[in-house]
Amino acid sequence: MTKVNDFVVKFANVNGSGSASANLMFAKSIFRMGIPVTPKNIFPSNIQGLPTWFEVRISKDGYAARREGIDCFITLNPQTYQTDMKEILPGGYLIYDNTMPRNFSRKDISYIGIPMASICADHYEDPRQRQLFKNIVCLGALAVLLKIDLKIIENLIKEDFEKKPKLIPPNIKALQLGRDYALENLDRNLKISLKKTRTTKKKILIQGNEAAGLGCVYGGATVAGWYPITPSTSLVEAFQKYVNIFRVNDSGEVNAGIVQAEDEMASVGMAIGANWNGARAFTATSGPGISLMSEFLGLAYFAEIPLVLFNIQRGGPSTGMPTRTQQSDILACAYASHGDTKHVLLFPSDPKECFEMAAQSFDLAEILQTPIIVMSDLDIGMNDWVTDPLQWDDNTKFQRGKVLKKKDLDDLVNWGRYLDVDGDGIPYRTLPGTHETKGSYFTRGTSHDAFAGYTEDGRINADNMMRITKKFKKSLKFLPKSIRKKAKKDTNIGLIYFGSTSVAVDEANDILEDQGYAVDLLRIRSFPFGRGISTFIDDHDHVIVMEQNRDAQMRSLLINELDKNGSKIHSILNFDGSPVTADFIVKSFLSLLKKNQFNIKSLKKKKSAA
Amino acid sequence: MSFIKKPSVHHPRLPKNELGLTRRDYEGALSTLCAGCGHDSVSSAIIEACFNLSIPAHKLAKLSGIGCSSKTPTYFLNKSHGFNSVHGRMPSVTTGANLANRDLYYLGVSGDGDTASIGLGQFCHIIRRRLNMLYIVDNNGTYGLTKGQFSATNDKNSKSKKGEDNPFESIDLAALAIQLGAGFVARSFSGDKDQLIPLMTAALSYKGFAFIDIVSPCVTFNNHAQSTKSYEYFREHNEALGYLDVIPEKEEITVKYAEGSSKEIQIHDGSKMILHKLDKDHDPYSRSNSLKVLNETQEDGKIVTGLIYLDKNEMDLHDTINSNKKPLNTLKESDLCPGSKGLDYVNDSFR
Repeated sequence: MTKVNDFVVKFANVNGSGSASANLMFAKSIFRMGIPVTPKNIFPSNIQGLPTWFEVRISKDGYAARREGIDCFITLNPQTYQTDMKEILPGGYLIYDNTMPRNFSRKDISYIGIPMASICADHYEDPRQRQLFKNIVCLGALAVLLKIDLKIIENLIKEDFEKKPKLIPPNIKALQLGRDYALENLDRNLKISLKKTRTTKKKILIQGNEAAGLGCVYGGATVAGWYPITPSTSLVEAFQKYVNIFRVNDSGEVNAGIVQAEDEMASVGMAIGANWNGARAFTATSGPGISLMSEFLGLAYFAEIPLVLFNIQRGGPSTGMPTRTQQSDILACAYASHGDTKHVLLFPSDPKECFEMAAQSFDLAEILQTPIIVMSDLDIGMNDWVTDPLQWDDNTKFQRGKVLKKKDLDDLVNWGRYLDVDGDGIPYRTLPGTHETKGSYFTRGTSHDAFAGYTEDGRINADNMMRITKKFKKSLKFLPKSIRKKAKKDTNIGLIYFGSTSVAVDEANDILEDQGYAVDLLRIRSFPFGRGISTFIDDHDHVIVMEQNRDAQMRSLLINELDKNGSKIHSILNFDGSPVTADFIVKSFLSLLKKNQFNIKSLKKKKSAA
Repeated sequence: MSFIKKPSVHHPRLPKNELGLTRRDYEGALSTLCAGCGHDSVSSAIIEACFNLSIPAHKLAKLSGIGCSSKTPTYFLNKSHGFNSVHGRMPSVTTGANLANRDLYYLGVSGDGDTASIGLGQFCHIIRRRLNMLYIVDNNGTYGLTKGQFSATNDKNSKSKKGEDNPFESIDLAALAIQLGAGFVARSFSGDKDQLIPLMTAALSYKGFAFIDIVSPCVTFNNHAQSTKSYEYFREHNEALGYLDVIPEKEEITVKYAEGSSKEIQIHDGSKMILHKLDKDHDPYSRSNSLKVLNETQEDGKIVTGLIYLDKNEMDLHDTINSNKKPLNTLKESDLCPGSKGLDYVNDSFR
């Protein structure tokens, strides 16, 4: 039986060999055929030479999580093909460059050799071109084998090289060389095949960092201090890109100030200084940067300065796995810095939400006068995701929070920077340069009274700390609410998840439902936790928290912050650096069920459909 | 320190500046530093310079790090917004503040611990970026608040109060500033108002990164006989390069100066500096010459003061990044948000 629009293709390449753009064209051409596609770039922390993989899941049903078991593996890296081969499903295909002989051991898969190197040697003089075009020759052959519309790939080549048109003809020639070889020499009746549909017609294919950088433009950010660190760098690059497109005025001046800092401390310091002075400002980093920024985060928390910080999480601890994904900075961010501190966290689950939450975070930072940390990760940030198109309501107005203007100050008698005038714990702030004689104050990280004066009176400091606690309690109404999905049947099992694992959880839930299990779902979108999360835990006898770290950090945070009994809260943990699969969640769920003997008598296991 | 509250009543006939303000209008809270601390003299000089320039206090932001020197912004210009940030990080906070609003004056006050040790990286990089600000270091060679440890600007073999030798080389912040591209570099002494006030006045008028390294003795921990940052040592070893007069834009130069000994320097805001040179060979426009003077005087055991280096090409970070001439913090939704139309374009590019 042929699998149409439902299989996984994986490429094994050598880093720096020009495979990335060809691989992305492969994924994008499938997307343009209207078929849901999920590419994952599995890359090393390296510039040239180490193995790199590109995994493409094609799913007619639109499942966007990784799936293990490869239907077609294009093994172009001699260092890894022996181990790569093991991932291929029985009956699957291994495609290789047969210019050099290779040894293959498995008998249950098919081998397709394409002499990519020798085709390129015959047609190109330049050694670099010979190397690069092997990937395009391969793409041409794949188009024939999997039935990709070659016109689509040709258009992608033209778009990619719009600014270097000289490169278009040799690329198209390479594509055609691959196509011709396949047409003349290969058996084209594969058991996997692509067919045009309209499923993704209105959708876009975009990376989370791209969307978040754009969200910063829409959110009105004008200042960015940043320091390069994988996997956050592309967020600031996207911000720069869209600033160049949208923010250059008629005189050629730029409506933004972007500065590459000397380190993460300076980058967050710049963002804090700019926010203090009334500009919307942000920085982006990953785990090691969070550690370095912690002192400044405490200052912004205590001095109540707005700040937007993107944490594109990667594998930790320490330098960890810089090019792999995890959700392992939950506790480090929730309580970043010494002393009693707590920070608002947002958890986007896909690029569209990265865009929305990025824009929203600047409102939140100014309304609440505190750091907002957007907890994305490498999987969302640096992989292409199919999402609905980005949307913007043109009636949106920036919510700048409680900032006193000159005329407000004229009428004020007894202004204090940290006075709780409205009873919501949120004080009024002033910006430098506003008024000749009123509204100046001294921002400090030392203990201060309601008038920002230095105090060593412990009671005054305690009162101020309690006001900040009140502010956090009142913050809930501004934060994105958790999303609850009820199972089709009543159940006493609840699954809590957040961020990039959402797609895998959705798919796992469908599988479990097919197997007769009913699970209520709750997706956390922000911290501090709202009442809905507390109720969800109370409503279920068994709660499972799915997260991508070793120590069940979100579970700890839930137990700690909501004062819950941990004995009924279980974990599914995936922390090998790869995005979790639905299969892993299903297996873990079933093993939890067995091990803990969940009391699920309210559930009736559906009679086996088979 | 004193516990007496400052009276808020002014003498009616105090001299006023162009804004109609008196020196008292530029004061701050009462200092809590030790009696006789050099830093308080620096604060007085800041008040005097701002008064002379008729700077509206609310148009100046004063920022600092952590330490005795970093406390001082509380003691001057109480109509200005102040920001006492974290240790060694004043430069980055000031960079952000300046990016947000290029129209304010930025005054950063730091110390030798805050700048030459924990903050050395940020100090170097803010200079490279030529942020438009005046950066002052109250340099006393010691960690006062933690009771007298050596700082990185403490001279080698200068002794601590307990008589211990400092075995390590000192960092010359003025030399570093010149090497890294600061446009205005001076050194002075907290006890020499005649030199310090005009230097500050000129530095505040300068567009670009202006740095003044001010030897400011710590009376409690580093003012003993074997210290090279004491009042006595400084007075014996000071070698002044010259003195400055700053003439505001609207005023005519009325005093005649002896030929050859003075130099007129135009500042971008239209005012002029008259530099009275004591050392005729010193050319403040030459980086290499300025560094040579610093090195040679140091070898001779002297402390050179005055305007050491001046780059006539005044420019700042905003020029480099070509940001809007209007302060970025005044831009509105219409300037910043491309709206749904912009998204149509973006969405199309991802299909």
